[in-house]
Amino acid sequence: MEFAELIKTPRVDGVILHRPFMPTVEGTLCLTGHHIILSSRQDNTEELWLLHANIDSIEKRFVGSLGTIIVKCKDLRVIQLDIPGMEECLNIASSVEALSTLDSVSLMYPFFYRPLFEVIEDGWQLFVPEEAFKDLESMTDEWRLSEVNKDFSVCPSYPSLLTVPKDIDDESLIKAASFRHGGRFPVLSYYHKKNGMVMMRAAQPLTGTNGRRCKEDEKLINATLCAGKRGYIIDTRTIAVAQQAKARGGGFEQEANYPQWRRIHKAIERSNILQESLIKLVEACNDQSHNMDRWLSKLEASNWQSHVKEILTTACLAAQCIDREGASVLVHGSEGTDSTLQVTSLAQIILDPACRTIRGFEALIEREWLQAGHPFQQRCAQSAYSNGKPRSEAPVFLLFLDCVWQILRQFPCSFQFSESFLIMLFEHTYASQFGTFLGNSVAERAKLQLSHKTVSLWSWVNRPQELERYLNPLYEANNLVIWPSVAPQSLLLWEGVFLRWNRSTKCLDEAYQEMVHIIEYNKELQNKVNSLRRQLAQLETEDSPLQTP
Amino acid sequence: MEHIRMPKVENVRLVDRSSSRKSQVGTLYLTATHTIFVGKGSEDRNELWVLHSLVCNIVKHKASHSGYPLLIHCKNFQVIQFIILQESDLHNVYISLTRLSRPEKYEELYCFSFNPAVDKAERQHSWDFIDLKAEYSRMGLPNKLWHVTPINRDYRVCDTYPADLFVPKSVTLPVIVGSSKFRSRGRFPTLSYYCKENHATICRSSQPLSGFSARCLEDEQMLQAIMKSNPGSRFMYVVDTRPKLNAMANRAAGKGYENEDNYCNIKFQFIGIENIHVMRNSQQKLIEVSALRSPSMGEFLLGLENSDWLKHIRSIMEAGIFISKAVADEGVSVLVHCSDGWDRTSQVCSVASVLLDPYYRTIKGLMVLIEKDWVLFGHKFSHRCGHLDGEAKEVSPVLDQFLECVWQLMDQFPCAFEYNEKFLISIHNHVYSSHYGNFICNSQKERKDLRIREKTHSIWPYLMENKLDFMNPLFKPDQIQNQGLLRPSTAPYCFKYWRRLYNRFDRELHPRQSELDCLMAVKDETQQLEEEMALYEQKLAVLDKERAKILYMQKGVLESRQALWSVPLDVSLANTPQDYLGGFIGGAPNVFTSQQGEKESTEFSLFGDKPKSSDAENSDQESGVADFSCHSSGEESLPSEDSVKDSDETGHNRA
Repeated sequence: MEFAELIKTPRVDGVILHRPFMPTVEGTLCLTGHHIILSSRQDNTEELWLLHANIDSIEKRFVGSLGTIIVKCKDLRVIQLDIPGMEECLNIASSVEALSTLDSVSLMYPFFYRPLFEVIEDGWQLFVPEEAFKDLESMTDEWRLSEVNKDFSVCPSYPSLLTVPKDIDDESLIKAASFRHGGRFPVLSYYHKKNGMVMMRAAQPLTGTNGRRCKEDEKLINATLCAGKRGYIIDTRTIAVAQQAKARGGGFEQEANYPQWRRIHKAIERSNILQESLIKLVEACNDQSHNMDRWLSKLEASNWQSHVKEILTTACLAAQCIDREGASVLVHGSEGTDSTLQVTSLAQIILDPACRTIRGFEALIEREWLQAGHPFQQRCAQSAYSNGKPRSEAPVFLLFLDCVWQILRQFPCSFQFSESFLIMLFEHTYASQFGTFLGNSVAERAKLQLSHKTVSLWSWVNRPQELERYLNPLYEANNLVIWPSVAPQSLLLWEGVFLRWNRSTKCLDEAYQEMVHIIEYNKELQNKVNSLRRQLAQLETEDSPLQTP
Repeated sequence: MEHIRMPKVENVRLVDRSSSRKSQVGTLYLTATHTIFVGKGSEDRNELWVLHSLVCNIVKHKASHSGYPLLIHCKNFQVIQFIILQESDLHNVYISLTRLSRPEKYEELYCFSFNPAVDKAERQHSWDFIDLKAEYSRMGLPNKLWHVTPINRDYRVCDTYPADLFVPKSVTLPVIVGSSKFRSRGRFPTLSYYCKENHATICRSSQPLSGFSARCLEDEQMLQAIMKSNPGSRFMYVVDTRPKLNAMANRAAGKGYENEDNYCNIKFQFIGIENIHVMRNSQQKLIEVSALRSPSMGEFLLGLENSDWLKHIRSIMEAGIFISKAVADEGVSVLVHCSDGWDRTSQVCSVASVLLDPYYRTIKGLMVLIEKDWVLFGHKFSHRCGHLDGEAKEVSPVLDQFLECVWQLMDQFPCAFEYNEKFLISIHNHVYSSHYGNFICNSQKERKDLRIREKTHSIWPYLMENKLDFMNPLFKPDQIQNQGLLRPSTAPYCFKYWRRLYNRFDRELHPRQSELDCLMAVKDETQQLEEEMALYEQKLAVLDKERAKILYMQKGVLESRQALWSVPLDVSLANTPQDYLGGFIGGAPNVFTSQQGEKESTEFSLFGDKPKSSDAENSDQESGVADFSCHSSGEESLPSEDSVKDSDETGHNRA
């Protein structure tokens, strides 16, 4: 086994673990192929189990023969390990470094993880396109499920089954695909039951500098419009960026060729800028200088909150077009795998109450992120502390979660899940024992045989005892469209993620517990009163001859 | 009345500031106390009432094609924009309002004409609601070390201090007099807070008149006596809340700070809270930022930073923390002063008290604290709030900052406070409104001379009556961490922008569902359930015994619970998209009737906007703006309370 070769020192005694706002723990440090484990071998003291995959970077420091390793994790936590003995410390550090940067997917922990729970409901089978299409069929007969991408040859980042307008045949789809970046031709993302309007998504059209056009592409998206109706194309890039894309063969829909569509440009940033923004934000949050001016200007300079605002605004705009204007919408950016998905998935949360339930939200992530080909593995390879050369890393999904959190803050009673559900998802996208977020597309996942070789996150999360942790006690189904405020005054820093390790949560936990208690006590009383009432009614019926009306 | 040039103007347009497109036409009335706008046309008459005393600024804007705009900025951060058709009308309204909002005499203030139906005895009773004597005895005073000195009974030693003051028993009258002569405005060191557990105290005063070298034996004896009245400690802190530079500059004017060499066993400490002028400018900048329409994230954050407001809040908090720790952790007494000892000193003493004593985290306790450390100790409310026309330089948001410190603490300790932020906002509103007499004048003596107690009403019983609105459902007084000293973090990110205060009237900026309201509703229902359960249990007991007579079955609370969660949700707002294109479209307008205190918010919304934006700069993007008139969606799907009730009742009848 090649892990053993990488582990130079499997065990060190007398290691001291420092974590913010927690007592220090002294114990034995063990390295395994996938974990750093620290155990004091005493009861009641917490052990540390840290996935190597969760490690973003490590630093070494020496004072005499006492070595210290600072481990910075992808979930933004920073821990310190004091290791006696210089050689041990160096060995541990280099082993961890090697183990946390393994390139081969098949060596990742999910392939080795064996669940200690019984899988009752296999998460891999939960959200198949056929099921989603059945729901659609019950509402409209305008769409069909196409197998044109059965072997992923038309579009490698799309799933094998795609929902397209009924009147468009596979031939046309193939032609339209050749006109769109990465073959990502327009497909159905969301059907708005209330008025029959739809949201589609795609990648940019390959118009290039000489204004190429594609009749099939035009026909495809026009097929989604009702007679005499107009639609909106939301391009997530600014007009300038979209213009520049022409030089590289990309571009945007020309008015002349798409007369029934009106184009709107927004300004959602591309992935490398987002990654830089995350790094700056986390740096600001970890700044110990305790200087108010520095904090606010660093927060501002990180631009994170601006990204949140821009993404939310664009999603709201898409939702507004559909719900209020009664128009269909096509969303795309460049590749159609990042900002496009942020917008289409957030718009659904605004429009569709089903997406605000736990199941619905899982289905949304499956549909709009996993099956839609968001390259999770590339985007989440490194996080805010990484000092490696950035490749395609970007907190695209984290920004999406942040936006969901903002809406949740503004509508605290409209979501079945609580903040902890979002944080859990954030953690698992970066490091997990489950295979759900491995790979970059359905095709890759199929090739890796993830559904056979790994456990799905949903198999674990959906068990009742686990699910309970993520329920929002205030939830009361709200069937309305929910319009969040996107004003800077209304958008908050997501402390639950970015300040999570920098503050004591004792008082906040207490408040949460109290909230749960208030609601549970109320429910308990309701049950008691109901049963008393029944008891009373029964007695009254028995005694009814004596009763005076 | 003689100031009203024009009691009524027709066809005035009230503009919704969140959307230039939404406005309504109506009639503007000027009365002796209020500006009233009555919208016309719609079935439900919309009224907007604004107290003249809440108006802080009136601005005429350049005429537009629709008329002459008049902007009214209020002290509670409401901004109202009218458009008046005739220039002459505008001029008359402007002149009248300017005069009406700047009364020259106390007697012109609203509290002297506000006349609720209560008799003399009740009015008297309302003033006795806060009893400082009871407060001191709650602290454990008088005791063998501290007593009330009669020296200021007629306000002769210090006319800005209250009549009753606690001093160490050991100091003689000549020492007090001597010390007072050595302190600015005669404000000698006297007790503000006493800690029963360890005898440590917080005392307050003004700066000593030390100049470069002057000293005063009596003042030194006074401090010595304060230190000795805390038998457990061998020294005391003297905290000067000013920046060192300011204090040193004061020396040139014959004022200054204590020389450690002259006073036995004192530890001297500067804290560095800026003066009222800096604070006024800072808040002005903050208000400008908060009032920005559709700012970018960068504009907002940089504006917030440039205002320095949160930095100032933090420095006040840090001062409070220093003092509270000295008292609770070290058991050491502290003397606090600034220059005159009525602004920063009041802030810092009261923040420390809130940190130290859970009592001040209750509704009644905060009232007592404000009455004690602010009203009685001569915080110059009328000057600081600009109740009368006068020096603009005297105006400063000193009390605002204290309330904000409490709010910041509530954010960090959500279960430690009995009250919620509505309570703080309500107090803020009334400090400025001059609706009640409590915050009129600059000292207790002035209030006595004006016979405030006979001529006006007290705010506190009124707030207490509305206690239910101000309760924090998460309050857990028995929890250990909520009992003793609060230890807040002062990391910069712990200080947040108080949206509920500064954007109080911009309803579209706030969460559309309120956790607080929701939890209050649940708690309310729980209480009803408890009562119902007790009733049923009683009935069952009776039935068990007699097995006969059945009492009339009462209607339960359960049937009404279906729609509980939906109640706090403002459906129309939740269902209205904002302007997501960056122009001035979106958001339902809300107009608030500010009239009788806090029961003031009747809001309404308008629908029926033009569906298309034509803002020039957005020409490439003109689209996507909602047609609000098609506002419909799922209101019908909300469970109907009535139908549920009916079926349940028939069920009972059958039984």
